[in-house]
Amino acid sequence: MSDSMLDAEIALVTGASRGIGAAIASELSRLGAKVAGTATTEGGASRIAARFADADSAGIGLCLDVTQPTSIEAALTAVEEQLGGRPTILVNNAGITRDNLLMRMKEQEWDEILDTNLSSVFRLCKACMRSMTKARHGRIINISSVVGVSGNAGQCNYAAAKAGLIGFSKSLAREIGPRGVTVNVVAPGFIDTDMTRELPEAQREALLGSIPLGRLGAPEEIAAAVAFLASPAAAYVTGQTIHVNGGMLMI
Amino acid sequence: MSSVEERVRKIVVEQLGVKEEEVTMDASFVDDLGADSLDTVELVMALEEEFETEIPDEDAEKITKVKEAVDYVNAHLG
Repeated sequence: MSDSMLDAEIALVTGASRGIGAAIASELSRLGAKVAGTATTEGGASRIAARFADADSAGIGLCLDVTQPTSIEAALTAVEEQLGGRPTILVNNAGITRDNLLMRMKEQEWDEILDTNLSSVFRLCKACMRSMTKARHGRIINISSVVGVSGNAGQCNYAAAKAGLIGFSKSLAREIGPRGVTVNVVAPGFIDTDMTRELPEAQREALLGSIPLGRLGAPEEIAAAVAFLASPAAAYVTGQTIHVNGGMLMI
Repeated sequence: MSSVEERVRKIVVEQLGVKEEEVTMDASFVDDLGADSLDTVELVMALEEEFETEIPDEDAEKITKVKEAVDYVNAHLG
């Protein structure tokens, strides 16, 4: 894809300090978008800013707590001031895990996941869609997970939130399609990030055995799918889920 | 400065893409001017911007005709 494909775009990528979010922020930036990457800490935000500076790009790093509406408003104001407008591309990538068997899962483990991984997307979409519908142009890309579709023992909370994102995205796609805004989902499989490095070795081995391509995915391979959905080439794609999982689950 | 009525009618024309003469005071956004539910939400957002105010959802729901929009603005920004 060409280096200037996203030249006129302003992108907001949540959870961009590492892993998949970092790769998405770099890729959108490489394609010409002005990117704001967010992290939960000031340190994370500085690291994002430093990465953009190293790559000689116009991106910024912001501190954002996706569970706090006031923090979201502040971040959007910062984007407007520093990048010259509201986001035209929103990538909801921030997410956490609190794995536990349901039998042992605490109310708090359930609530934290739903709030950070699902309710946050409701808040961010709502905050960004006004300017997108007005401009008759916008791209919302939500990062789900293979387990939202396949299910996974020990992840009732995470899988519920990730499946919820798909239904949410389809509904919003129907609502704002007439305004030229597309809403799609990318569902990564087993990607080599800090999140999956925490898994026990035995579980990793078993998972690898279930992947036809026989390896973990790279964050850049998720970023490529996001870049496609953000690009003019995907103008006629909305309400869809792109699975990038090495064949681990075939829909 | 144009009157509230003129400003409201101008917004309705722009938002709904209808002809100025169709935008009578009695015209209903949905029944007469062909607005869908998203149009009506956007219309209220445009009114908020034009008149630099926040219209609460419970009030916004009651604005269904051109006259109601004009009356609302007059009552709250007079």
